[in-house]
Amino acid sequence: MKRFRFNQQEIVFAVFALLFLVFSIFLRGFLTADNMLTLLQNVAVLGILGLAMAIVVIGRGIDISLIAALAVPPGLVLQMVQNGHSLPASLLAAVLLTIAFGLINGWLIAYAEVPSLFATLATGLLLAGLGQTALFQLDVVQWSPGMDGFERLGQGTILGIPTSIVMFALACIAVSFLLRQTRWGAYIYAIGDNPYAARVTGIPSRPIIVLQYVVAALIGCFAGLVMAASVNSMPTRIFNSTLIYDVILVVVLGGIGLSGGRGGVLNVVIGTLVIGTMLNGMTIMDISYAGQNLIKGVVLLLAVITDSFLNPRNEETAQQGDI
Amino acid sequence: MRDTLTSLRYRYWPDHLLGEILSKRWTETAIPVILLLIIGLALSRSIDNFLSPASLADTARQAGEIGFIALGLALVVIVGGIDLSVGSIFALTDFCALYLLDVLGWPVPAVVAATLLCGALLGAVNGVLIGYLRLRAFITTLITLIIYRSAYDLLIQRYSNAIASSLPDIPSWDFIGGGSVFGFPTVALVYIVIAIFGHIFMTRLRPGWHITAIGGSRRSAYNSGIPVRRTIALCYVASGVLTSIGALFFASRLGTVGGDIGVGLEVIVVTATVLGGITLGGGKGSVAKSAVGVLIVLLITNGLTTMNARGGVNRMALAGILLVAAMVDIRWQKNRTRIISKVYVAPTYHALPPPPPTEIGQGGPFEQNDKLRNVELIGLGRIEAPEDVILDRHDNLYAGSRHGDIIRFLAPDYQKMEVFAHIGGQPLGMAFDREDNLYICIGGMGLYRVRPDGTVEKVTDETNRSMRSVNDDSRLRLADDLDITDDGLIFFSEATVRYEMDEWPIDGLEARGNGRIISYDTKTGTTRTELRGLKFPNGICVASDGQSILFAETFGCSIKRYWFAGPKKDAIEVVMDNLPGYPDNINLASDGNYWLALVGMRSPSLDLAWKMPGFRRRMAKRVPVDEWLFPNINTGCVVKFNEQGKIVESLWDLRGENHPMITSMREHRGYLYLGGILNNRIGRYKLDNADPNFVQYDKRWGKQS
Repeated sequence: MKRFRFNQQEIVFAVFALLFLVFSIFLRGFLTADNMLTLLQNVAVLGILGLAMAIVVIGRGIDISLIAALAVPPGLVLQMVQNGHSLPASLLAAVLLTIAFGLINGWLIAYAEVPSLFATLATGLLLAGLGQTALFQLDVVQWSPGMDGFERLGQGTILGIPTSIVMFALACIAVSFLLRQTRWGAYIYAIGDNPYAARVTGIPSRPIIVLQYVVAALIGCFAGLVMAASVNSMPTRIFNSTLIYDVILVVVLGGIGLSGGRGGVLNVVIGTLVIGTMLNGMTIMDISYAGQNLIKGVVLLLAVITDSFLNPRNEETAQQGDI
Repeated sequence: MRDTLTSLRYRYWPDHLLGEILSKRWTETAIPVILLLIIGLALSRSIDNFLSPASLADTARQAGEIGFIALGLALVVIVGGIDLSVGSIFALTDFCALYLLDVLGWPVPAVVAATLLCGALLGAVNGVLIGYLRLRAFITTLITLIIYRSAYDLLIQRYSNAIASSLPDIPSWDFIGGGSVFGFPTVALVYIVIAIFGHIFMTRLRPGWHITAIGGSRRSAYNSGIPVRRTIALCYVASGVLTSIGALFFASRLGTVGGDIGVGLEVIVVTATVLGGITLGGGKGSVAKSAVGVLIVLLITNGLTTMNARGGVNRMALAGILLVAAMVDIRWQKNRTRIISKVYVAPTYHALPPPPPTEIGQGGPFEQNDKLRNVELIGLGRIEAPEDVILDRHDNLYAGSRHGDIIRFLAPDYQKMEVFAHIGGQPLGMAFDREDNLYICIGGMGLYRVRPDGTVEKVTDETNRSMRSVNDDSRLRLADDLDITDDGLIFFSEATVRYEMDEWPIDGLEARGNGRIISYDTKTGTTRTELRGLKFPNGICVASDGQSILFAETFGCSIKRYWFAGPKKDAIEVVMDNLPGYPDNINLASDGNYWLALVGMRSPSLDLAWKMPGFRRRMAKRVPVDEWLFPNINTGCVVKFNEQGKIVESLWDLRGENHPMITSMREHRGYLYLGGILNNRIGRYKLDNADPNFVQYDKRWGKQS
């Protein structure tokens, strides 16, 4: 069993290589510099979101509200700058909003004990609704002159590497440091592996769970800033899209079991590459949006089924009310 | 003055009802119903025409359509899952119906059948994945939500024009969507029929119980042989079918396949389900809760729409309600027992005058002595908790044990011990009838009978339900002691209707009249409650006149007489009150007087606490149970009293080694046999001046050959 799980990363990587090869040979316009840039840019945001999701999933939770954290606080930054506030003040407001959002998520899940899927589904709706009704004037928040200079977060290159990729790499290093080098990271793994054992060992489970959701929301906000910088606007309707399934797909395909306690940053990177290639290939093949969703859904379903075979839940580990 | 006020306040204010109401299962449905009424009232005040027939019929149509989906979701949630794909299934089956009808031109019955089949198949995909492959319900249905939605989007891209262009005029189809019977929309009628069936299914039929059992504890359900995987899978199929019924009505009402049909429907339905009080995680829920939840959500969303709220507000309101409802539900389920146990204990005012003295040198009939010091011990360490002891005509000794057995010690030396019968509950009072059947009160079970050959039969375990009681008092919780009249009428006491066998001391803390005396007629087989509101009625003995019984009220510290026949029928008279201890069993003595066991002596602290109900209530709320002030049952005695209620004699064990606590005693051939519910022995005390040939049942019913 252990050997098989060890192989999962390699299998996924092989799938990626195969996809890449097939697309390169058969798809006109796949292996061009322009396309590679687009692919990597799309992948960057997805990858950063995947990191946020990974932290939560490793701690045996899930965060459906990530897209709201991606859309609303960065949208707030753009809107506030547009309304004449300074950029640092706007950023501060967005970060505070994000932290508050993460705290609410964490409190609901850790202290009020609402199942994480459920809590984040509802809080995501709340935050998106808040943005729609109270914060934004238009669905797409436009870039304004006050933001000048900020677009370098998502555009251009640093040392020849596209900036968004550099941002993804930075996020990877930060999350990897959190998970592997700090005590909090070890706690997250412990909680994900066995929350009850973690609690009786004396790990402050509840604060750590809150921390997970705050960090996830902050990373989501960061991803949103990178995205806004790269496209010079914030399309807040992205909340209604299926982006969150792509994120779950990245995490599950990458080999971070939904039952928690397993996986790391490397899995996110691999998952991101596979999904990025797949999405890019489908776009070039001109498959309609609905068709792409259908294919993604089926792949995700297969991934979840595989996950359930690789990390099986039995009647002992499945908890009452664990839906 | 203050005492009078306290006594009046506790006599007329029903403190005990709060805990009893909260422990009822229907309170969980009552709260959403009250919420529904409040919202309905508020909206009918603030919006014109809210209660007009047209508006109500429109609400009923929407409620019916969403109600079907909510019923399916309720089923899935009760079995311990969730179905988020209902919105997409709704859209797909809506498309299916319209495509078959408008484009392919199928007849209406075939369209209906095919649509239901389509819903079943879509649900079956979820069912197989979650039931058989055991995937997580939430994530799986989230994925099928996407897959079905994209399939729907692909299909309407191709066919929406064809559907929109043909509008067939079929009366039966229009009747489904817009028709009404006696003013009721068709959909509402069908919903009511299915809801009633659903209620019967969930509460009365085996599959419904299986569903609740799996949701309550999947592992236990599996271990008890319920086909867990198949049942779960079928629940998702049922959810798909019910969703497709809703979609059928929707399709026939509007006849469109717009892009946003069913989008966000899952949030509405999940909110309705949680708001109705169906617990996420499974095991609890009902059809009524689902219906109430749907109505609340529909009233709120329609109200917001009427008040021209923006779309985002509507969504936020739903999400907010969902979160609050889920939180309240989760906290309530987690803390329910704790909250109830805090408010359940409802002490009342109970004043007793200072007790008569018992100390040596003070004189009086209760003066302590050491007569029980050297009793013979029977079955020492071999028997546990002989609450009552009894001897048959052949001098064999019977006693109950904590393990649910009737133990028999064989005459003449009572060394040989055997299990006479196994019952399974703790035997308390015992009595023989004319045919030597042993009638026994079993705590928590009721009145049982053991035939001379050892076969056990249930006599009765329920009595008539009293209309004014909130707790269901038809079940016998704590049958305690009994005696049989010459006419074959069995009188037995039920110590309390508010507590179980293991919690009986808490009833003493309450000191409320929670007990009753019940009669069972061996000729007609009927059980009837004779007296209510007694303070822990315990020992019962048919008096020598054959027309009345004597009964002890343990926490009333009194002995009373109740006439069940004769000129004074139905009268109650106090024989003795203000006893210095808590009276237990009463039995005949050979000289025509009565033996009475005092299980424990009163203490000044509890006497004082009994006058302070507020103090006891605070204690019950704030202090852990094992530190509560309980009645003393460590030291007691046996007394003999006559018909006039005068104490003739008392027997004590001063050193407290053999029989400090005594719950029962039985006189037989010049000896007194002593039992105690916390003892590991039976005592045998040689009586002076007693009739050496006295056998209780020979005397009562004549010698048998």
